[in-house]
Amino acid sequence: MSQSSAIPKKGDHVQEHFVNSNQQFEAAKLGMWIFLVTEILFFGGLFVAYIVYRSWYPELYILASDHLDVWLGAINTTVLIGSSLTVALAIRCAQTNYTRGIIINLCVTIALACVFMVIKYFEYSEKFELGILPGAHYTYEGIAHEKANIFYSIYYMMTGLHGVHVIVGIGLMVWLVIRANKGHFSSEYYTPVEITGLYWHLVDIIWIFLFPLFYLID
Amino acid sequence: MATADTNTPRRLQVQRFRPDDNPKKHYLNEETGLWSWLTTVDHKKIGLMYLGSITLFFLVGGIMALLLRTELLSPAESFVAADTYNQIFTLHGAIMVFFFLVPSVPAALGNFILPLQLGCKDVAFPRLNLLSYYIYVIGAIFTLIAIFTGGVDTGWTFYTPYSSTAAGGNVMMMTFGVFILGFSSILTGLNFIVTIHRMRSPGLGWNRLPLFLWALYATSVIQVLATPVLAITLLLLTMERLLGIGIFDPNIGGDPVLFQHFFWFYSHPAVYIMIVPGFGIVSEIISTFSRKHIFGYWAIALSSLAIAFIGFLVWGHHMFVAGQSSLSNLVFSFLTFLVGIPTGIKIFNWLATLHKGSIDLKTPMLYILAFIFLFTIGGFTGIMVAALSVDIHLHDTYYVVAHFHYVMMGGMVMAFIGGLHYWWPKITGKLYSEVWGRIACTLLFIGFNLTFLPQFIMGSLGMPRRYFNYLEQFQTYHQLSTMGAYTMAIAFVIIAIYLVHSIFKGKNATANPWGSRALEWQVNTLPPLHNFHHTPVIINGPYDYHKPMAEFQLGIAETHNGHGSGEHMEDATSRSAPADS
Repeated sequence: MSQSSAIPKKGDHVQEHFVNSNQQFEAAKLGMWIFLVTEILFFGGLFVAYIVYRSWYPELYILASDHLDVWLGAINTTVLIGSSLTVALAIRCAQTNYTRGIIINLCVTIALACVFMVIKYFEYSEKFELGILPGAHYTYEGIAHEKANIFYSIYYMMTGLHGVHVIVGIGLMVWLVIRANKGHFSSEYYTPVEITGLYWHLVDIIWIFLFPLFYLID
Repeated sequence: MATADTNTPRRLQVQRFRPDDNPKKHYLNEETGLWSWLTTVDHKKIGLMYLGSITLFFLVGGIMALLLRTELLSPAESFVAADTYNQIFTLHGAIMVFFFLVPSVPAALGNFILPLQLGCKDVAFPRLNLLSYYIYVIGAIFTLIAIFTGGVDTGWTFYTPYSSTAAGGNVMMMTFGVFILGFSSILTGLNFIVTIHRMRSPGLGWNRLPLFLWALYATSVIQVLATPVLAITLLLLTMERLLGIGIFDPNIGGDPVLFQHFFWFYSHPAVYIMIVPGFGIVSEIISTFSRKHIFGYWAIALSSLAIAFIGFLVWGHHMFVAGQSSLSNLVFSFLTFLVGIPTGIKIFNWLATLHKGSIDLKTPMLYILAFIFLFTIGGFTGIMVAALSVDIHLHDTYYVVAHFHYVMMGGMVMAFIGGLHYWWPKITGKLYSEVWGRIACTLLFIGFNLTFLPQFIMGSLGMPRRYFNYLEQFQTYHQLSTMGAYTMAIAFVIIAIYLVHSIFKGKNATANPWGSRALEWQVNTLPPLHNFHHTPVIINGPYDYHKPMAEFQLGIAETHNGHGSGEHMEDATSRSAPADS
């Protein structure tokens, strides 16, 4: 591309096919929003399965939900909401050129995400010991309903898929910390931090729906 | 980034030079070698790689169709066993739908043309574009493994409980392949939406967007919204086989009809993924070869979006006899009729474009006229099977097979081949033999009708689909149909021969062989690696055939930061300094 003196120089981070930094930022953000829409539809299928079976067997959901620990779920909800705050703070730090702040906030977010996964691990292993396994492998006899296995299939699919998203988020944020450490981000360019933040908020929001739907049924 | 100087009207330079006909440097020779192809982020090369892959799959799916038709020459078993027959029709359907039709126009032609029509250097996320191609390849590899390790005989729809029990061949590998493939489709759709929103060149408002891009936009919306639902459905199906989660499997307490709802929530919108891009090609070609402004620009543009929207509300018409409630049947039947409205709007606008146009019956135009004829039949028979009482008689017969082949093959394949011929000079820089092009098109048209018209008749007489055996009374129809299939095979061979021949021996094409006004014809043939040497400023619309070619000019942005200044174009067209070339 020919560049004359009248043309403002593009920053180093701007890819060649974009006109300027702003266009690149807006494109990345729109792309992430569309990706989030696909995520919602992806989970949407599971939410539909949940709704269909709940409308067919409302009593099953009440019985089975009793076996989930409300306190562990509540703690996890708080942990994830906290991590959404810290990731938002990391974006704020990037906008104000405060690199140390980006790193600290991202590390706190990663730590909170790990806490979430550890609590989830204890919840799962407790269920596995009781024989509460998905579908055909279900052997637990403490729930007096013939379709209890299906409730837990849906539970494992939804929380499991959510857990996979948390792990992906952790990976993304580790990558961000490494890049931030190299000084890649500033108020001029913080697109990866911004869009990872968007992704993380979605992971958070999905959990905010999962928590009442599974744990808070009376 | 709005700076102060964007608010002051600029003087606009106009490109005085014509695009080069045979430039020394172009996208095919600027970087060479296998590695440069495998790692390219250039949308044109990725489009070509897609084109090669889908052609391969079209060949495989086509050979399977020929095997099916040959077996059906006579009742009872002739050379293919019943189980093998089931596997072949499953793979024919799955390959044609997932590996050919869905990526055909968007990922192959769309990838090549979209940035050229937008006046930008590449799609918004070039690396994501390359990734989507590799995801497609990985999905294809999984499918091939499935074929060689037991095959699949569930039909392309993977209905439970058949697909969730041990029978059915290597269903898990196959669904996993299609699952992976879905992400390729999502990424292409996402990329196109962002590119159309954010990368339009200055002056290219929504009211000047070529209709091909409107169609790709509508398609991308469907891809982005529907494909994730297929992904979760197939993931659940995989888990069903792997862990026995029982959501769909009645043996463990699940509901098989729920699977059909999930599946068709994707797969019905997916048939619009397979046809709407074809509409876009029709609009481009009809306007170009009628030398006339497209009639009803907004009606055509918005009807694409309307089809995309209504397409999400009609999936239940696949389950009229699957135990759905009468109320649902009624609503879905009514909503399905609604699809006819935007489709009819398109057909009438195309016909109105032809009216009093200066029609040039070049090969692409012949394909498009064939499209209009065949697609109309496909559409009308769709209305018939959407009617509840009629559908009970016609459900799962050859009538349905003929209906969707008239739409998918008579519609999309005709549009795709028409588009391929239309853009062939831009893609390869060569002209194919016009005579052979017309012969092949005629042959294809005759062969197509010979294949599928008898299927309407035997379907309405009660011949069920997917059977390798049949009553003797249907033999004449089956034989006619098979002869038609062979005719089409010959036509496709002719097309392949003269297209390949044109690459090596064809005459060099000029930059704009059809005299089109669309932006992709205003660049060199072959296009440079980065499409445009200057950021183009769009002064004229893509269908401005009422202006002589001499007045048809392309602006050149004074700065690269021309975006967002489209509103100043009108008063700033003081066509002053000639551009430096």
